[in-house]
Amino acid sequence: MSTTLATPENPAPEAPAGLTRKDFASPVAIRWCPGCGDYSILTAVQGVLPTLGLAKEDFVFVSGIGCSSRFPYYMNTYGFHTIHGRAPAVATGVKLSNPKLQVWVITGDGDALSIGGNHFIHALRRNLDVKIILFNNRIYGLTKGQYSPTSAVGTVSPSTPFGSVDQPLSPLSLALGAEASFVARTSDNDVKHMTEVFTAAAAHKGSALIEVMQNCVIFADKVHEPYYGRTTKQDNLVYLQDGKPLRFGKELEKGLVLNGLSLEAKENPADAEVLVHDSKESSGTLAFMLSRMAHPEYPVPVGVFRDVERPTYTESVRAQMEATKAKSPAPDLGKLFNSGSTWTVE
Amino acid sequence: MLSPSPSPAEGGALSTKPIEELDSVTIRFAGDSGDGMQLTGTQFTDASALFGNDLATMPDFPAEIRAPAGTVAGVSAFQIHFSSRDIKTPGDDLDVLVAMNAAALKANIADLEVGGILVVDLAGFGEKDLEKAEYRSNPLHDGSLTGYRLIEVDITRLTVGAVEHTGLKGRGAELCKNFFTLGMMYWLYDRPVEHTLTWIQSKFGPKTKYKDKPEIAAANQAALLAGFNYAETVELFASHYRVKKANLPAGKYRKISGNEATVFGLISVAQKAGLEIVYGSYPITPASDVLHGLSRQKHFGVLTFQAEDEIAAMASIVGAAYGGALGVTATSGPGICLKSEAMGLAVMTELPMVVIDVQRGGPSTGLPTKTEQSDLLLNMFGRSGDSPLPIVAAKSPGDCFDMAYEAGRIALKYMTPVVLLTDGYIANGSEPWLIPDPETLPPVKVNRVTSKSGTEFLPYERDKETLARPWAIPGTPGLEHRIGGLEKAQQTGKISYDPDNHDAMTRERAAKVAGIAKDIPAQAIEGDPSADLLVVSWGGTYGTVSTAVFDCNANNIKVAHVHIQYLNPFPANLGQILGSYKKIVIPELNMGQLRMLLSGTFGVAADGINLVRGKPFRVSYLVDKFQRIVKALS
Repeated sequence: MSTTLATPENPAPEAPAGLTRKDFASPVAIRWCPGCGDYSILTAVQGVLPTLGLAKEDFVFVSGIGCSSRFPYYMNTYGFHTIHGRAPAVATGVKLSNPKLQVWVITGDGDALSIGGNHFIHALRRNLDVKIILFNNRIYGLTKGQYSPTSAVGTVSPSTPFGSVDQPLSPLSLALGAEASFVARTSDNDVKHMTEVFTAAAAHKGSALIEVMQNCVIFADKVHEPYYGRTTKQDNLVYLQDGKPLRFGKELEKGLVLNGLSLEAKENPADAEVLVHDSKESSGTLAFMLSRMAHPEYPVPVGVFRDVERPTYTESVRAQMEATKAKSPAPDLGKLFNSGSTWTVE
Repeated sequence: MLSPSPSPAEGGALSTKPIEELDSVTIRFAGDSGDGMQLTGTQFTDASALFGNDLATMPDFPAEIRAPAGTVAGVSAFQIHFSSRDIKTPGDDLDVLVAMNAAALKANIADLEVGGILVVDLAGFGEKDLEKAEYRSNPLHDGSLTGYRLIEVDITRLTVGAVEHTGLKGRGAELCKNFFTLGMMYWLYDRPVEHTLTWIQSKFGPKTKYKDKPEIAAANQAALLAGFNYAETVELFASHYRVKKANLPAGKYRKISGNEATVFGLISVAQKAGLEIVYGSYPITPASDVLHGLSRQKHFGVLTFQAEDEIAAMASIVGAAYGGALGVTATSGPGICLKSEAMGLAVMTELPMVVIDVQRGGPSTGLPTKTEQSDLLLNMFGRSGDSPLPIVAAKSPGDCFDMAYEAGRIALKYMTPVVLLTDGYIANGSEPWLIPDPETLPPVKVNRVTSKSGTEFLPYERDKETLARPWAIPGTPGLEHRIGGLEKAQQTGKISYDPDNHDAMTRERAAKVAGIAKDIPAQAIEGDPSADLLVVSWGGTYGTVSTAVFDCNANNIKVAHVHIQYLNPFPANLGQILGSYKKIVIPELNMGQLRMLLSGTFGVAADGINLVRGKPFRVSYLVDKFQRIVKALS
């Protein structure tokens, strides 16, 4: 009666030599719209996985509902296309039952932040050790273009023909508020940057949230263009690199400085004034301030906002179970049934 | 007052009072939520169980943790029926009511038999107590209790006096009054006090967090003994009573509640299967004790996860079942409502899970602490699409063990979520349980696969006999596959929108569940099978219905009885049984859910006996109904 999951036919991963991106591509025909930002994210992920030193069978991709959530079908790994908003909760069960797996959650702005907001918060709070890629195109694509929790005020959509009136939220501020230990942002038009960020997320011990600014060519085309386009990004993106000053602009002539309790994007600041990025900063204050910066008032930060280590939920509950096992005699149903007061009828 | 006369159970000095023998007794301890009535009742139960009586209990407590003290809303009660015979219910009418205050009297007096013993604590009948209980005059003096054997004891004052030497004073001393009361009842029914003395020591003694307050254990023990001696010494009761050991089947017993039995059943089936349990759950009355119970058994490979909500609880066990564990969750009606979408995903992805619904009064928040069996159709049909899943129901506290085990066995063998229905009455009630030998538990088949059968792994290739799909868990090389909520192509499990395929897969899912009928026991008939009247019941009403049927037959009123434990699929012979009776009547604690299911499935016409009062049926009520129906038939 074994109660552990490591079995001879299910060995721990060892040197998965020679895996390439092709090994991770499933034969299923991809059904995203031509020009969709999802393609490049898929490419980046398929490129990162062979470099992680894990066997193919040890990856699980869990998704919710939405265009992005078709992702698992295009990966030649284990995959679970679940129900709307619940991917983090399903992923929790996968990871708890089978802790050696590397579990990735694929979700969107509607899936993670609207219908699934609660699970998103708690997967991060618990530090479950799942990697969440949030495809943020600021629109509902699969249901044909309604506005989402990240749509700007005034977004005209089939459900808001006169413009949306409610305040959008920042996925990263929410994640930081939920005690996330790893928070990052990247963009679908920069495979190199995505590769770096996904690699860092995979290396992080704990839950990771990666927001990908993703373009929906049909319902919100060029929504991110004002800040991440080829011609706009130099003045409108600030790249976060640990130990480097938070400078941006063509000649890095602009920088982020602290002005009272706020950040200020300042022209030609002195070197000493410019904040230096530190994703390990323990209070999370810098990461939170950065997460509040939005176009057009501020440059949009991309890179790793926060990367701190704390015990993961999975390892803590497993440790508790192992400690109990070590203290208790071997599991014995007879003993369990006979615990407490018993009496015998002759 | 400290040294008691040894109780007769010790074989020591005998009481000077006469002893009368009784077959069975029903006592209800009632008081304020803070008076410790559940504890008092549990201790009396343990003492009776250890003494060898058959018994059944029913706690009854308010939904509020601390309702306003002294009010009817805040009354907490515990009922125990103990007997020298085989009994299946906590009793209809009370032989004894213990009322610690006016509100407890008001809430419970209607259930006391005329001529029954009524013990009251005078301290609970002051002006304020009467006011809070909304009594206009003092029932102890206004003649309204003349039909009962009223025994007024100043329990609180006597308790404070009895524990004075321990140093415990004031409120702390008063709190010992439940043990004084218990002591009186121990004397009245000739129960040994030793078990409770030991229990107090284990709870408040030197090895506990109260080790620096030895007066607490000493005071509670002193109160218990003082109550015992008081009853012996003072001319309160004309005699005392003895209820002999019951003639139960030989073997080793323990007392078990339904929720405890559920925990044991789940652990057993997972152990037998060599699997871990991942239990994802959100706290809800009356199911939380399953979470509490499992959380203490981690060394059996039980991982408990308190999810952020009911939806996450269900979704997490879908994930856990995909990941290779037996996924289990328990909740009550409102939780099932929230879980239903993820239960549909479980049906679609055909993974092994057990979903437990400890039913309570509904709709909506309803009656959280009261029993009902009104979630049958919710679990049967409460999902989108044609979404069949097996449903089993436990009939008594001890039976929760067997049915939890069955639920797990079916889930693993057939790769399906299975619903286990219990209810607040059997979940919180307890009875003696003949401890099974773990070696004799039925075998459990697990569909785990580790290699492909052909060149391509087919996640929906069905077992020819069971129609179960293979369980390939992540981490297994070569079997990488994708599943999800979208319709699957037969065999390959790939997404398919093909009309013929959807029709075929819908029928396959239904056929798989229907086929389980071949793998469950045939429906048994109890009572008198040759009767014209067939009574059909399910779930937690078994005790009362079968007792009523027994009483009818003992009085030459012929009644047959089938109690259904497998509600989907039904036992294969059920239709044939239903078709062979002149009259069918279905008592249910709902408005006729099984009746609707049976009439839809078998086209049988049946009458219902339906009550939704948050309480089990009374045996006498059912006997009366059955009797009238039989009379009308002849």
